[in-house]
Amino acid sequence: MNRKWLPLVLIPAIALAALPLVPSLPTWVTLTVAGLAMGMMIFIMASGLTLVFGLMDVMNFAHGAFISVGAYAGASVLLAMKPAMQAQSLSANLSAIVPGVIAAMALAAALGWFFERVVVRPVYGDHLKQILVTTGGLIVCEQLIHVVWGPDLIPLPRPATFTGSYLIGDAAIERYRMLAVVVGLVVFGAMWLVLNRTKLGLLIRAGVENIEMVESLGYRIRRLFVAVFVAGSALAGLGGVMWAMYQESLTAGMGMQVMVVIFIVIIIGGLGSVGGCFVGALLVGLMANYIGYVAPKLALGSNILLMVLILLWRPRGLYPVGK
Amino acid sequence: MADLLELRGVNTHIGQYHILHGVDFAVARNSLTMLLGRNGAGKTTCLRTIMGLWRASAGTIRFDGSEVQTLETPALARRGIAYVPENMGIFAGLTVRENLIVAAREGEPDDRRLDRIFMLFPAMKKFWHGLAGNLSGGQKQMLAISRAIVEPRKLLLVDEPTKGLAPAIIQAMIDAFQELKRDTTLLVVEQNFHFARSLGDAVAVMDSGRIVHRGRMADLAADETLQQRLLGLSLDTHQ
Ligand SMILES: Nc1ncnc2c1ncn2[C@@H]1O[C@H](COP(=O)(O)OP(=O)(O)OP(=O)(O)O)[C@@H](O)[C@H]1O
Ligand SMILES: [Mg+2]
Repeated sequence: MNRKWLPLVLIPAIALAALPLVPSLPTWVTLTVAGLAMGMMIFIMASGLTLVFGLMDVMNFAHGAFISVGAYAGASVLLAMKPAMQAQSLSANLSAIVPGVIAAMALAAALGWFFERVVVRPVYGDHLKQILVTTGGLIVCEQLIHVVWGPDLIPLPRPATFTGSYLIGDAAIERYRMLAVVVGLVVFGAMWLVLNRTKLGLLIRAGVENIEMVESLGYRIRRLFVAVFVAGSALAGLGGVMWAMYQESLTAGMGMQVMVVIFIVIIIGGLGSVGGCFVGALLVGLMANYIGYVAPKLALGSNILLMVLILLWRPRGLYPVGK
Repeated sequence: MADLLELRGVNTHIGQYHILHGVDFAVARNSLTMLLGRNGAGKTTCLRTIMGLWRASAGTIRFDGSEVQTLETPALARRGIAYVPENMGIFAGLTVRENLIVAAREGEPDDRRLDRIFMLFPAMKKFWHGLAGNLSGGQKQMLAISRAIVEPRKLLLVDEPTKGLAPAIIQAMIDAFQELKRDTTLLVVEQNFHFARSLGDAVAVMDSGRIVHRGRMADLAADETLQQRLLGLSLDTHQ
């Protein structure tokens, strides 16, 4: 039981450890919220990948393509609805954001479905081929993005009501980051409910542990896997468009860039564990923001160090899934 | 009445290894057939082949009147075969309750059947909301069997249900199987001869991927020379 909450303590522990390193309390609050927001977006992008790996032992580097393609699809809608995005009205903004997000998730899901059928299915059980083929798929998708949307960086302004900051005391908290935290919590809550309160979720968790047994109980794991793959791709698309708005720009290579962090997160969390992915993403997000402020040169190294330390403590990640 | 399960000339390859070399035997309806044999004889491979987890490279498997050797595992399960593997295959990260919900394909576990499970294995009720991974070895075995009977099945394949269990628990397991026998057909792999002779109606003995003996369990139990020859054990030394 205590094994369950122990990794959770790491989150406040890292936050508190950073407190004396940062010059002022308001800065610390700003960095902490920024770290949590970043972590939530990484979680949204990574959660599907960890389940895909846990269920079918598939190394899918093309996940990065779902992120990029989702971002471009969403951005196309958002940019087309510029007046609604620029209006100082939440409902006007939402009238652009909702279709944008739907477009991002739908296109990423469709691409995921296609990849599962055409690219991933022929290479089950062979990690080397999976890495080669899915990396190839990722590169092809990036080139296709160049063809469709052009090779240049595309600026993507945030919606008007989520621009700027709230002031809490002396601490400035970007509105957009608060939105990211809220969306991240909603996605995590929804996934938790599905995984723990529905039969489909139980089957997914059971399948992550032992596929043969799930099949022996009479369920076709393939269908389950396709469903998870497509849902995970849709979430990658959602995370992609959120990430693009966070960066206020998008490039075809953005998916590939975040994949490094995503792999660190799902390894830290324990492959196949959604809860672990959540905790891992928050840790990585916080770490990146504190270190990025205190010692910017160490930012990427700090995440790798975090991974090494956690694996020394728990070699199979924070929440190892029983195989 | 025709046999519920019948294997004829079943061959199984695992990778390049030829493991089963023409297995022939049958399981009569409403009986408990013991599948015995030394370590490595091919008993687990035989059960896995029936369950479709390995594909038979030759031969036929008839179940409930039709040939099933080409069916996929989920389809076999849906036709009424339940499998309790040697390592039990419980879902450690799920609670006892969740394990049984997953096993109940048709929806929620039925109360009458749950009562029966609790009667057979009171520990299941006690640890209902506990994580299956925290159960003892014996309780995990009980959960694995409970999962196989949470809905009515025609045939139960059980691989070494007494593996690693203390003698006192083995007796409880024998009692549970006596109860299961009343309304299910079973094919059980066992190393524990006491368990086998207490429960078996029929017996098949394997060696090196073939069936080397078939008959009534009572006859084998009465013939120590035959046991010695087939299994390399005698009743007294192997409990
Ligand atoms: N996955 C596998 N790959 C290669 N060989 C295997 C595999 N599984 C089993 N075998 C071989 O098949 C033979 C039969 O194994 P099997 O597990 O069916 O025996 P068993 O009768 O169940 O033995 P035990 O009583 O030890 O459980 C053994 O020689 C074993 O080494
Ligand atoms: Mg065996």
